[in-house]
This record gives sequence, C-alpha cells and structure tokens, in this order.
Amino acid sequence: MITVENLTKSFPGKGEHVLALDGVSLSVPAGTVCGVVGPSGAGKSTLARCVALLERPDRGSIRVEGVDLVALRGRELRDARRRIGVVPQGDSLLRQRTAAGNVALPLESAGVAAPARRARVAELLDLVGLTNKAGSYPDQLSGGQRQRVAVARALAASPSVLLADEPTSALDPETTGSVLAVLDRVRSELGVTVLVVTHDMAVVRRICDDVAVLEGGRVVEHGKVLDLLTQPGSRITASLLPEVDQAGTTPREIGQYDVVAEVVLVGFAAVGALLPEAAHRHDVELAILGGGLTRLGETPVARFKIGINGERSERALSWLAERDAVIRRAPRDIGGLAA
Amino acid sequence: MREPTPWDRVFDLVISATGDTVYMVGIATLLAALGGIPLGIVLHMTSPTGLSPRRITHRVLGAVVDVGRSLPFVVLLVVLSAFTRALVQTTIGPTAVIVPLTVGAVPFVARLVESALREVNVAVVEAAITTGASRLRLVRSVLLREAGPALVAAIGVTAVTLIGYSAMAGVIGGGGLGDLAIRHGYQRNDERILLASVLVLGGLAWLTQLTSDFIARTIDRRRSALRV
Repeated sequence: MITVENLTKSFPGKGEHVLALDGVSLSVPAGTVCGVVGPSGAGKSTLARCVALLERPDRGSIRVEGVDLVALRGRELRDARRRIGVVPQGDSLLRQRTAAGNVALPLESAGVAAPARRARVAELLDLVGLTNKAGSYPDQLSGGQRQRVAVARALAASPSVLLADEPTSALDPETTGSVLAVLDRVRSELGVTVLVVTHDMAVVRRICDDVAVLEGGRVVEHGKVLDLLTQPGSRITASLLPEVDQAGTTPREIGQYDVVAEVVLVGFAAVGALLPEAAHRHDVELAILGGGLTRLGETPVARFKIGINGERSERALSWLAERDAVIRRAPRDIGGLAA
Repeated sequence: MREPTPWDRVFDLVISATGDTVYMVGIATLLAALGGIPLGIVLHMTSPTGLSPRRITHRVLGAVVDVGRSLPFVVLLVVLSAFTRALVQTTIGPTAVIVPLTVGAVPFVARLVESALREVNVAVVEAAITTGASRLRLVRSVLLREAGPALVAAIGVTAVTLIGYSAMAGVIGGGGLGDLAIRHGYQRNDERILLASVLVLGGLAWLTQLTSDFIARTIDRRRSALRV
C-alpha cells in the first residue's frame, strides 16, 4: 500500500513561487488501483514525479508499506526506487536495447546475476504477452507494445507499488485497451498496488477502484469510483457516466409525459430489470426516451432518460430512488431540444 | 626545366607519407578520444540539466574547453613546441605532431561528446533513474550506449578534422602527406607529387568518414526494422 501525506511542492517561477502541490494526501490500499485525474496544470505530473522519487517535495511524506521514502539519499534512495515501479510518461525505453534488455535494467541495477535475470525477464515478458518480442528493439514495436515493455520493466524488481504516469496518452483506444488489460492483470495476479495518473476517463472506468481528483494542487475529491458515481455534487460523475443518446425523441414526445427524469442505474440487476419492474408495480407507462451504457470495471452503468405517465408516476420514481437508482429531475428541454 | 619525378618514385614517397599521416592521425584520434570522452561526460554531468549539476565546475571547464578550441592549430603547433620537446624530445616529425594534434582535438571531442549526450532523451534517462541505477550505470549503460552512434560519428568527424590539421603540420616539417605536398609538391613545384598527395589526402578523409558512418549505422538499433 502507498500513503501520500501532506505533499507540498513549489517551483521557482516568475517572481512568486508556483505551488504545484498544496498538501496532497492520498492513500491507496494494497492491491487496489487508484486513478488521479484533473485538468492540466492541476499538479498531476508533479505528484507523479514526486511519487517516482524523481522530484523531492518541500514537505510531506510518501510511505510504501509504512516506510517513508522522501528523506532518503544515495544508496538508500536507489534501493527505495526499486520498491516503486514506474511507467513514465511518453517513450521511455532505451532505444539501443531489446525489449528483454530494457526489462533487465532494474535487475542489473539490483545486482541480480545473469541466469536469474534471464529467467525473471522471460517471466515478465510472458506476463505482458510479449514473449515473442523479447529480441525486438523499441523501434520495431508498436506504441502499445512499447508501453507494455515499460510495464514489465517497472515490475522487474518486484515492487509492491506501481506508478503509471499517463500510460495511455499516446495510444489509440484499441491499444489503450491492451495496456489497461495488462495493468489490470498486474493488480489481480501480482496483487500490486497501482497508482495511475491520467487525463483519460476511460482509464478510470476500466481499471480504477478509487479515484482522486486533483485541482490547483489539492485533492478536491477522493473515493471509490462507484460511490462517487452516485454521490450528488461529485465533480467527476458527469465524465464517468455515458452520454445520453436521445436520437429520434422530439420535444413534443417528451412533453407528453407527466414526469421526465434522468436515472442512473448501477449493476447488472438494476440495469436489466429495475425500470420494467417499476412500471409494473406502480401501473404506470414508463418510456425510455434516451440512454447510454458503459462499464466501470466489470460493473455495467446505465444512464436513461425516462418519461412516466400515470397517477403514481412520482411513487414509481421514489421507488427507484429507494433501490439506489440516482434520479435527476430533468427540465423538459434537457439536451437543448426545445431551444 | 627539371625532369618530372618518375611515377614509381612518386608512388614510394606518397606511400611512406600516407603511413606517417595514418600514424599521426590514428594515434592522435585515439588519445583525443581517451581525453575528450571523459571530459565531455564531465561537461554533460555537471551541466544544469545533467546528473550531477555543478555550476562552477561546468563554467570553468567550459571556458577552458572553448579557449582550447578557439586557438588556431598553426598557433598551437608553435606554442606547444616546448611542451612537445619535453614530451617526445623533438619538435619535428610525425611523433612530435601528435602532441599538438591531440591537445587541439581533446576540447573538440569534449564538446561533440557533450552535445551527443545531451541529445539522449531525458525521459529515457529518468526512466533508468527510477530503476535504481547508480550514476556509473546511468553513464555506462544508458548515456554512452544510447548516444553510441553519435559518439562514433563524433570520433569520425574528429579523425577527418585531424587529417586536415596534420596536413597543416607540413608547414613546420611534421611529415606526412601535407608535408610532402608542401615541400615536394609546392616548393619544388612538382605537380605529380602535389596531385598525388592531395588525392590521397582527400581519399583518406573520405574513407575515414565512410568507415565511421558504417560503424555508427551498424551499432544503431533505431529504425532497424528498415534494414535487413
């Protein structure tokens, strides 16, 4: 597990010091994946560089398994670096070394003997599905393959924590999938704690258990992804939820309903059965005017725009709310259709 | 009108002078690499963006290197004559020329090495740092290896430059092809010798460049998918 406490870092700027991190605290329980998101300039990169022990914070601590790594120097610092595997932003592989040679680098630094090194490298390349690319040079690999080699390299010295800084920023959506699948495997098969800094909400949807929102160098929101999804006033709900597609529904049709609302449903059972059951129980006419579906990890999440007709429309809506559906009463012209 | 030198005599003279030039340039390049590469590494390491930033050291070294580079080689030949005599007991002949050649080339190599190392992607170096690599390993396995092709090219450029400089040594009787061209070719107005020595000098430079390009390409693993 990794615990970041009260991390503060400023850089000399024009005149005033620029405060990049302003007392950031973050805790990632062992074996979970935590995403750090936020707008550009929020301090994401600085946080990543501090956790990677490339930047020394002004104040605060970074503890891995309870040991503070911030104050270390020299040999102790180098040894500590191997306790946090780092997948840096952008192309970071040695271009004059093969994939296997790149993965071997941390083992060389750790003084692992050649035979043991070879065995470990083979194991890691297998984990990221690149056994047949062991002898290839980075320039012969695709962007996604290079990133998977970087993940294998980060894991070589068996760290308990993996830090990935924008691991998908240079990748297309399909390749992103392969890299995220590898990160997901790292957590599930090796039990490694993963901290992933990203601007890509797809990363949060696919692999993160927790998410922290960074803004102006502060953590403004932090919690389980599924909790934040249904928490009123959360800043990232909108970017986690699917778009509502209401193609073909005209304002006139929407106007016909007594009640129009947006409903967010989480989980297989809810997505599949809750709306028909509500209609049936309360004897109302319930129509889906638009909607979208996504997944958070393995959990399906649906967002529907519904219209209800009937005496007990309001009752049906509160019945849904009691079953953990998030209801947002929509003005009838939502989506700008009336404009 | 003097009889032109017979071709077989020209051939003998040029062969012997070529041997001298290769000897001078070869040894001087080797020594310049031995001195210039470490100096270039230190220059890069101590720079503000290097692995061990030391502002004062960097400035002082940089100034020394730049002054060294700015001295014209002909001046160096003369200025260093006392030093050369102390070192090799003579100031004429190929062995004596090696001294100013080396002294002139060390700062040149150092700057080339520094810029080659600076071209190594910062992200790659930082990634290596996060693996817990020591400074020594970072220099050896990351900086020097990643900059390998550029370093070979730098040594190649140095060797070609030294071929030119070595020809200048002809002015003070340094031996080699330049000496031959100036004393036999120019001063005795022997066109055959002038032509032959200049051609061989050019060919030597060309061959050196070709070899260095070939080696640089061979050790470079970038874009290697394009080669078979």
